[in-house]
Amino acid sequence: MSEGDGYPGLTDPATTVFSEAQLAEVRRLQSLYPDPRGALLPVLYMAQETFGWISLPLEEYVATLFGLSPAHVHEVVTFYTLYFREPPGRHVVSVCHNLSCHLAGAPGIIAHLRQRLGVDPGETSEDGRVTLLSVECLCACEAAPMMQVDDRYELNLTPTKVDRILEGLA
Amino acid sequence: MTGEMILTRNFARSDAHTLRAYLETGGYRAWAKAQAMEPTAILEEVKRSNLRGLGGAGFPTGTKWSFIPKSHAGPVYLVINADEGEPGTFKDRYLLERDPHALIEGMLIAARAIRSATAFVYVRGEYVEPWRRFSSAVQEAYAAQYLGHGFDIVVHRGAGAYICGEETGLISSLEGKKGWPKLKPPFPAIKGAFGAPTIVNNVETICHVPHIVNRGAAWFAALGTKTQGGTRMYSVSGRVARPGVYEAPVSITLRQLIYERAGGVTGNGRLKAVVPGGSSAAILTADEIDVTMDVDGLKNAGTMAGSAGVIVMDETVSIPEALMVVARFYAHESCGQCTPCRESTGWIYKITHRIVEGRGRKEDLDTILDVAKRGAGTTICAFYDGAVGPYISYIEKFRGEFEAMVLK
Ligand SMILES: Cc1cc2nc3c(=O)[nH]c(=O)nc-3n(C[C@H](O)[C@H](O)[C@H](O)COP(=O)(O)O)c2cc1C
Ligand code: SF4
Ligand code: FES
Repeated sequence: MSEGDGYPGLTDPATTVFSEAQLAEVRRLQSLYPDPRGALLPVLYMAQETFGWISLPLEEYVATLFGLSPAHVHEVVTFYTLYFREPPGRHVVSVCHNLSCHLAGAPGIIAHLRQRLGVDPGETSEDGRVTLLSVECLCACEAAPMMQVDDRYELNLTPTKVDRILEGLA
Repeated sequence: MTGEMILTRNFARSDAHTLRAYLETGGYRAWAKAQAMEPTAILEEVKRSNLRGLGGAGFPTGTKWSFIPKSHAGPVYLVINADEGEPGTFKDRYLLERDPHALIEGMLIAARAIRSATAFVYVRGEYVEPWRRFSSAVQEAYAAQYLGHGFDIVVHRGAGAYICGEETGLISSLEGKKGWPKLKPPFPAIKGAFGAPTIVNNVETICHVPHIVNRGAAWFAALGTKTQGGTRMYSVSGRVARPGVYEAPVSITLRQLIYERAGGVTGNGRLKAVVPGGSSAAILTADEIDVTMDVDGLKNAGTMAGSAGVIVMDETVSIPEALMVVARFYAHESCGQCTPCRESTGWIYKITHRIVEGRGRKEDLDTILDVAKRGAGTTICAFYDGAVGPYISYIEKFRGEFEAMVLK
């Protein structure tokens, strides 16, 4: 994929850099592991928090911080579900669709969200507000059906509760 | 039968996660005691307690610790598996959020037993709040000088991948790689994280250790069965009146757990099936619930204690649909390294999906059974065997229900 093709923003690798303070944090994280590469996942989190998502140029930049090949970083980024490879909405709503949530009505909750947001799981609402995901067990099955909204777990969902939560998302 | 609360004794306190509350309730006394004990004495005590790993495999903890080579001169690592991801399991989340100092104290003692100076706690990426809670407890423990004097804890966040719960996948991930499991042997105790001898233990396993040191191996062993000591935390969900975490001696029966602790089936409905140990455990029918919930009790019943995630299904539940949901999970989470696992999980999900959509074929059921049985035991890690458990048991125990769907 060429730059700018499906990877909007961050096409200029020169803008894809950490501040001095962040670089110090990278070094601190690297020093926590017997092999500095242990810090790759945490540094990728830092990168994502800073730039919103992880573009190819950003992968290349992170690779230089570790003396790793861009291919290694790409392999890692694509293996895990919590790194975004395109810009997500301002909020990410991940509804659990595994067994206990399924038994408690997760399909209805997902249908409700699809209708409210006008998107399918994996898509972002037109206004860029919400990315909807349908995910595996988040291990809060005692409060099924449930979903994660950004950092928070939202439990014991009903359509009314979902509406209230959506209203609170700017 | 309620039994004694050990791991969950402080859960009702809203400040249970703070150092002050932990100290008020006798916290860090076991560590003081353990510091006066020889490492081998700690190890022997844990062995005699019959503590078995509570992450899934049920391996005797003291025995695992004894595998660290005695002659080893370099670093030894303790790695805590807080990557909780087994569908139907949520106990470690409670421990991280509500009793993080119990884990830290257990780690201090375990590290002394295996002579480790550095530990990594691998917390599931989605567990943001548990990660924050645990990280602040670690900071408190540093400020109070429990940590930093010959023992350090590094808190590491995963990034979303069930397979990183498997100990060698976890180690790969901790090393900054994709979470591909590795062939064993070598076992982590010989060659683990960063190439060094490593003990991987589950959160709950380690939280038991301070109590064993405080109250003695005999006390702990007597709480359980002949081959497994103690209590454990059962995560109960699905179609029950009171889903939640229940601590009980491992000798409790599945029937007692469902009816005496979790309030029975939702709306007094009729029980149909139960998954006793997380989604990778074979399913039990309503007639099979008079089994004890210890590792060997469930093994003898043809299933497994696994992570103690109990998922209850009543008459309203379609077993083929439940299998489809479970099969989707295994298809999504296979790391793709082994052909039987990668291919079978994908295809079996597709087949279960078409069965549920009413497009199933007569031969589908035997195809699934055949594919499942052939691949079992041939893969790098136990993930695929964990998928085979449900594939085979759901179909064999509820064959009539599947046939009614494919023979229409
Ligand atoms: C596919 C798979 C997933 C696993 N997930 C977890 C998990 O989320 N948490 C855990 O503690 N153990 C998990 N395990 C078990 C670990 O490999 C390992 O046995 C355990 O962490 C050892 O700790 P213990 O002896 O204290 O149980 C998993 C195993 C497999 C095969
Ligand atoms: S059994 Fe499956 S999950 Fe385990 S290593 Fe092989 S492909 Fe990966
Ligand atoms: S099944 Fe949804 S949180 Fe476990």
